[in-house]
Amino acid sequence: MRKLIALSFLIAGSALAAPLLINGAGATFPFPLYSKWFGEYQKTHKDAQFNYQSIGSGGGIKQITARTVDFGASDAPMSDAEIAAAPGIMHIPTVLGAVAVVYNGLPAGLKLSPEALADLFLGKITKWNDARIAMLNPGMKLPDVAVTIAHRSDGSGTTAVFTDYLGKVSSEWKSKVGVGKAVKWPVGLGGKGNEGVTGLCKSTPGALGYVELAYASQNKLTMASLRNADGEFVAPSIASTSAAAAGVTLPADFRVSITNAKGKASYPISAFTYILLYKDQADAAKGRALTQFLWWATHEGQVVAGPLDYAPLPAAVVSKVETALRTIMVQGRSALAAN
Amino acid sequence: MLLPQTDRRHIGDRVFGIVLPVLGCALLAVALIIFFACAKLALPAIEKLGVLRLLTGSDWNPVEESFGALPFIYGTLVTSLVGIVLALPISVGLALFLTEMAPRQVRVVVAMLVQILAGIPSVVYGLWGLMVLVPLLRSTVEPALGRWLGFLPLFRGPPIGLGYLAAGIILAIMILPTIASVTVEVLRTMPQALREGALALGATPWEAIRLVVLPYARRGIFGAAILGLGRALGETMAVTMVIGNQPEIHASLFSPGYTLPSVIANEFAEATGAVHTGALAALALALFLVSLTLSGAARVLIRSRRLR
Repeated sequence: MRKLIALSFLIAGSALAAPLLINGAGATFPFPLYSKWFGEYQKTHKDAQFNYQSIGSGGGIKQITARTVDFGASDAPMSDAEIAAAPGIMHIPTVLGAVAVVYNGLPAGLKLSPEALADLFLGKITKWNDARIAMLNPGMKLPDVAVTIAHRSDGSGTTAVFTDYLGKVSSEWKSKVGVGKAVKWPVGLGGKGNEGVTGLCKSTPGALGYVELAYASQNKLTMASLRNADGEFVAPSIASTSAAAAGVTLPADFRVSITNAKGKASYPISAFTYILLYKDQADAAKGRALTQFLWWATHEGQVVAGPLDYAPLPAAVVSKVETALRTIMVQGRSALAAN
Repeated sequence: MLLPQTDRRHIGDRVFGIVLPVLGCALLAVALIIFFACAKLALPAIEKLGVLRLLTGSDWNPVEESFGALPFIYGTLVTSLVGIVLALPISVGLALFLTEMAPRQVRVVVAMLVQILAGIPSVVYGLWGLMVLVPLLRSTVEPALGRWLGFLPLFRGPPIGLGYLAAGIILAIMILPTIASVTVEVLRTMPQALREGALALGATPWEAIRLVVLPYARRGIFGAAILGLGRALGETMAVTMVIGNQPEIHASLFSPGYTLPSVIANEFAEATGAVHTGALAALALALFLVSLTLSGAARVLIRSRRLR
């Protein structure tokens, strides 16, 4: 009897072949894409199983620092202080996202300059028919309606990217409000999450807010075109977001802000989203599987990004990612080398 | 096996006497652990800013790490008070109707509907508030209130829809089942003889309610209101969706504001740095203490009523 039980355990064990469970946690923004990636990747790599918890970028950084997960994910690069607490951490950009400026109660095709956008969010432009907006939109019928600013009330990578941009284009914003995942807004109403801001915008005539591009396009929100660093008005799109990444010189660790990027076609409020992992992988099997997955995600995986409203990495960035992935080590050898 | 009956019961009693206090203490221990965990988390903020500035400051700026809880405490109290003021008369009226007047069939149906109201998740209330109530407040209710009651500072300012009033109304709907069902229980404990005595002396049903039933149940109703208030103070999701999330203090109920639970839910997940996290934990402590005090008060009141 006892032998029989032992045997049945043995059979069950070999049948399941104990798939490698790789745990990750972090940003909510790339979660839909990552789950798609995990599903697609598993079709060809049955031995690797991924478990990703979208708890927010801050949580992802905390968990990878404490090494309770195998990889973290963040919309914003880690600060120098955070890196000091997690020596040997690497940033691998996976895709790009953009922040769309959305509005309600005005015709489509609104154009805004960086100065006008900052003045709107600083509360210095209070009416939609203000001369500073009319000047940028000749021929558009602007109503005599109060501007209601809608911003995120929860701490968010989207807010970090948006305030990073405003801080770059307006010294007044930088000194009065600053840059961060949560800031002290001079004016406006707060909504929780992209859906909260969208709710505010949809229910308030004259509302102006910001949401992730993926969310804005899926919900068909009216988006403003912004004047970029080269003086061109660019609407947010997957192509204009990828263009922003191509217009920036990347440092080797990929920690760079690409807001207000140069290039005629660049959308100015774009950002990388990252997977965070340690350069020296303690668990050999997990380290190899994770590195191989990242290689797949930044190559074959990029094809599925577009249909899900994420901007794929430009070729120049991919080749730099390849260099970085080759430096990941397991037991003193490259994780990508054949075992 | 041959133990006498009394001894066996004795062992059972002894086991019971040990197990039950342990279970009771475990509950207390959980509350204490939560309290101390919050306190420990809050330490960096308390050290940097001091308790006084944390509790009475009105600036909330995560970028400059300057934190004050006053706008949140104010918002929590104002929205809860609006909720109680609106919910109390309705729920007491409902309870009186159910116990004193309604025919049995109506009573069963209405009681069931009230229970359903209690079971709706708060995010659904929030969504309804944002999509239906807020536009209604902005277009109709707030302009009307401003026209007729605009001489009061409470009803001044532009009608935005989102704000203390919207949050208060949502809270009123959410705590109505709590207050109504407790009030029904209180009214049921009233001796039938008192009610019949009043009627026998020639009182009309309204006089019986006003002169006998309500005075008898007064303390119980107060306790029910305190329970409802406790729930209103801690409500997070629905309030976050309709209050506007603006950490400022305004006299007008039309203005956007912020509450303690809302800011914790909003900012905790992405709070960077020990001071920001600590300030949020300090807000949690403040909320913990307020709720504890109120539910304690409710217990004392209900008990003193029973002993009377």
